[in-house]
Amino acid sequence: MASEETVDGGISYVTKRLRAEDHVATGVLTAIVAAILVVLVAIIGYIVASGASKAFDPHFLSAKPEQFKAGGGIGPELFNSFYLLVLTLLISLPISLGAAIFLTQYAPEGPVTNIAKTAIETLSSLPSIVVGLFGMLVFVLGAGWGFSIISGALALTMFNIPILVRVIQQALEAVPRDQRDAALALGLTRWEATIHILVPAAMPAIVTGVILSAGRVFGEAAALIYTAGQSAPALDFTNFNLASPSCPWNMFRPAETLAVHIWKINSEGVVPDLTAVSAGTAAVLMICILLFNVLARIVGRALERRLTAE
Amino acid sequence: MTSTTPLLATEDVTVSYSGKEALHPTSLSFEKGGVTALIGPSGCGKSTFLRSLNLMNREIPGCRIGGSILHHGKDVNTRGVDTYQLRKQIGMVFQQPNPFRKSIRENIAFAPKRHGLSGKANIDALVEESLRAAALWDEVKGKLDQSAYALSGGQQQRLCIARTLAMHPDVVLMDEPCSALDPIATYSIEETIRDMAKRGICVVIVTHNMEQAARVSDRTAFFLLGDMVEFGPTPELFSRPKDKRLDDYLTGRFG
Repeated sequence: MASEETVDGGISYVTKRLRAEDHVATGVLTAIVAAILVVLVAIIGYIVASGASKAFDPHFLSAKPEQFKAGGGIGPELFNSFYLLVLTLLISLPISLGAAIFLTQYAPEGPVTNIAKTAIETLSSLPSIVVGLFGMLVFVLGAGWGFSIISGALALTMFNIPILVRVIQQALEAVPRDQRDAALALGLTRWEATIHILVPAAMPAIVTGVILSAGRVFGEAAALIYTAGQSAPALDFTNFNLASPSCPWNMFRPAETLAVHIWKINSEGVVPDLTAVSAGTAAVLMICILLFNVLARIVGRALERRLTAE
Repeated sequence: MTSTTPLLATEDVTVSYSGKEALHPTSLSFEKGGVTALIGPSGCGKSTFLRSLNLMNREIPGCRIGGSILHHGKDVNTRGVDTYQLRKQIGMVFQQPNPFRKSIRENIAFAPKRHGLSGKANIDALVEESLRAAALWDEVKGKLDQSAYALSGGQQQRLCIARTLAMHPDVVLMDEPCSALDPIATYSIEETIRDMAKRGICVVIVTHNMEQAARVSDRTAFFLLGDMVEFGPTPELFSRPKDKRLDDYLTGRFG
């Protein structure tokens, strides 16, 4: 015991210092993470707690919003948010997948490819209000579609494509090169190797990325204010006349989403229960996005397990 | 001068990356049923040479293959060659086992199906035949639908060999196929190599391991700094090297 201490004391002047540093670093990092966690949990807890009474109320989730009296719901907004999301993914996913495959598998190294890559990176950090104003100029006014679902979906596509391309590109690049080599060495074409080997191997990462990007699209407001508009006509789910503004599937009707609704009632709302409606909407929006994130993990992990087998 | 054309031969094959020649003109020939080892220190050009034989180097941007590669006497290093057809006949096994992220069965059946094989009975027969040829059948016959990643490294490498054999190639190129494996797995791969040769397949194997070259190959080529220095029957090459550089390499003076 005594001898051990002397040995320890003998070698460990430096060791002790390093150990102390290690403790300090661990402590600081833990404190940072703890602080972030506290803030996050507080925000999420506050939003959910203040909106809970509304967010789990079926009437609030299905009824149409009121203009002047209390008791309105967010039924159309909830539907619009999902409808826009699905449309956006339907448009942006194939384009992004194609672009990412081209950039990782086919594009020759060179100035054109580099410009394309830089452009995509720049676009992915473009402020969404800029995307919204661009959408207003091109789709709402230029194409003459007015404030409509299609204008909103195309604006969101502009907003989503750069992110999706990067996610898919990274997923494809993370597949070991030897998978592609193996396919080519068996006499398969590059296209076969990509579609049958690389994309399936990258699928867990792609699916996770797509769902996470869906969360961003779902919560987006600025890009939609001037494209999908700020009004939500009452929807009649028995109406299949695609030209009617009350037909839910009509792509040329204005469609306020949850995020836009929050923005709008807070900036110009006059209903008496404004605070409650706003809090309830925020809680619904956040719960949806939380569910997206959980879903991303579960699906990603399940796919990964199916592919690699433990 | 042999009367028959060799199965595979190269005439002054060169490989350059972005204009820099990594392999200087190399002429070798490989016979049906023979095993040829390519040896030499790292970076000597042996793998580069191997990867030119099935034109895999063409997949690397900036890489140029010069000279002629004669497969059954026909030059395949041309613009018009059907690389896909060629790679069915000249198979390749890589350094790291690289099974597809699919089931054991699909690892074998995937490429033949893409090339037009159909019918469950045909596919099952091919899977069994290929796995038997790679001495893997008895170990995996009960779990063909499990993921290939559930296998050990040595089994994965034999699966990769089986996958290659399923194309019925007449040449199999192996790029240090045992370097990631333990001695027992290595032994079993070497058995498989001898077996393939017996069935008439021409095997070209790159190896770092001189004992391995001595054990499995009939002929050996020694590469150094991008040059093919010496080529001959393996026992002769190892016991009576003609070139001073090979002698130095064998006695461990460098490399």
